[in-house]
Amino acid sequence: MKSSKVIEINHLSYHYPDGTAALKDVDFEVWEHESVAILGPNGAGKSTLLYHLNGTLMGDGSVTILGLPVEKSNLKEIRRRVGLVFQSPEDQLFCPTVFDDVAFGPLNMGLEMENVRREVEKALEMVGLKGFEGRSAHHLSEGEKKRVALATVLSMNSEILVFDEPTDNLDPAGSRLLVERIQSISRTKVIVTHHLAVAVDLCKRAVLLWGGRKVEDLPMEALLRNRTLLVQFGFDPDFAQWMCDRRKNSERIGT
Amino acid sequence: MKHAFLDHHSGIESPIHHLDARAKIIVFFSLILVGVSSQPSSFLLFGLLTLVLISIALLARLPLGHLAKKIVVILPFVFLVSLSIPFMKKDTLGGGYNLGLGGLSVSQSGLWILWNVVVKSCLGVFAMILLSSTTSFPQLIKGMERLRTPRIFTVLISFMYRYSFILIDEIHRMKRARDSRCFGGTWFWHSKVIGHMVGWLFLRSFHRGERVYLAMLSRGYQGTMPETTAGRFGLGELLFLLIIPIFIALRIYLG
Repeated sequence: MKSSKVIEINHLSYHYPDGTAALKDVDFEVWEHESVAILGPNGAGKSTLLYHLNGTLMGDGSVTILGLPVEKSNLKEIRRRVGLVFQSPEDQLFCPTVFDDVAFGPLNMGLEMENVRREVEKALEMVGLKGFEGRSAHHLSEGEKKRVALATVLSMNSEILVFDEPTDNLDPAGSRLLVERIQSISRTKVIVTHHLAVAVDLCKRAVLLWGGRKVEDLPMEALLRNRTLLVQFGFDPDFAQWMCDRRKNSERIGT
Repeated sequence: MKHAFLDHHSGIESPIHHLDARAKIIVFFSLILVGVSSQPSSFLLFGLLTLVLISIALLARLPLGHLAKKIVVILPFVFLVSLSIPFMKKDTLGGGYNLGLGGLSVSQSGLWILWNVVVKSCLGVFAMILLSSTTSFPQLIKGMERLRTPRIFTVLISFMYRYSFILIDEIHRMKRARDSRCFGGTWFWHSKVIGHMVGWLFLRSFHRGERVYLAMLSRGYQGTMPETTAGRFGLGELLFLLIIPIFIALRIYLG
C-alpha cells in the first residue's frame, strides 16, 4: 500500500532580498513516514528549502504540506504540524528554563497545563534528558542543548520533523547519541546534513542540491554506489563503499 | 565557554532559598523602603535592619565575606556622587568644622547628607544582593510576573538575561580573533578597530534576534509568552512576610 504524500513542492524559486537566487525551479516531494536527506555544498540552498517547509520563507511556486497550501491563512496550522529544529540551539532555546522552552510550543497551541506537563516529560524522556526541567539552557553542554532543541519540537507532536544540520558542532559520541534518538522517532523526517554517515544512518532517500537546483533524487544505496556523483559532491567514495558493505552485512545478520 | 553567573549562590539548599520568590521580593523591597524613608539619625533602626539582613544571610548559608566584598563594590559610585557635599553645603546655624586647609571647611549638615546616602545605599544594595543570591534568575522573573509586573518588562529582562551571556561570548571570540592576529598600533587605529567590532556585534545580535524570532514563530508564537508555573504560598512565606509589619512598626516608633 502506498502511503500518502505529505510534502509537495512544485517549481519553487526563491531570491534573497539582495537578488541572490537561492532556489531555482525545485520540485520535491516526501511521502508519509519517509526519511529524506538533503545533501549539497554550502550555499546550495538546503536551508532555504527547509525554511519553505513551515512558511518561514515563501518563494515563487507552490508548497503543499499535508494537503494544505503554504499561505498566510494556514501558517498556524502548518507550524503546528511541521517541527523545525534549527541549526544553532542558541536560536531555539530562549526561555529561562528547559521546562519553559519545551512547554513553549504546546502552550501556544492552547493545551491545558496538565497535558503540557505530560508532553514535556514525554519529550524530555525521548531525548534522554529527564530531570533537566529546572535547568537553564545556557549552562548545558552543546550536545544537551541540541537534544533540548529537539525536545522543544517533539513536545508539539508535529507530524513532520525537519532538521537543519542536527549533528553540527557535536563530538562523535554526542553525534551518535543524537542520531540514535532521531532514529527512534517514527515520523516523517527531512534532514539537511553535510555528514554522509549521518544521512546514511537516518535516511533511505537522498536529494542532492547544487547551486539552488535539485540535481538528483535517488535511493541512498544508489548514491553510495555512484562514484562520479560522490566525488562531485566532495564525499569519499571509498568511505561510501565501506558504509554500503556495512549496511549489507548488518542486514544479513539481522535476517 | 565559562562566564560568571549573575545569580551566584542561588543554588544553595536553605530555608530562605526554598521560599517563594514573591515573598522574598516583597520583603526585601519593603525593607529598602523602610530604610530609605527613615531619618538619617535613626541609628537603632539601621542597626536592626543590618542585623535582620545578616541573620537572613546566615540562615541562607551565604558566605558573609563574599557579600561584604560585593557591597564594597558600590561604594566608589556612592562616594563619587556624594563626597563633595560636606564641602559645598553651607551651614545655616554654624557648627561646621574648619580643616585649616586654605579655607576648606566641612559642614555638619553636609556630613549628615553623606552619611545618609552611604548608609541607605549600602543597606539597599545588601538587600538586593541577598535577594539575587537566594533566588535564581528564572524564579525571580516568575515571581515578578506573578506580582503583576507588566509582561513586556519581564519578557525583556528574561531575554536580556538569556542572551547577555551569548553576546559576552561573542565579544570574547572577536577579541581572541583580533589578538591572535597581533593587534597593536596607535590609539587611533585601536579606536577604528573597536568601532568595527561594535558594528559587527550589533549586526550579529540583530541577525540572532531575527533567527530567535523565527524559532518562536515556528513553535506557534502569537505575541504573548505563555504562563507556565503556579504559585505556592505556605506557612514559611507568611512567617517571612511578618518581617514587614514588625519593621513598619519600628519605623513609626523609632522614626
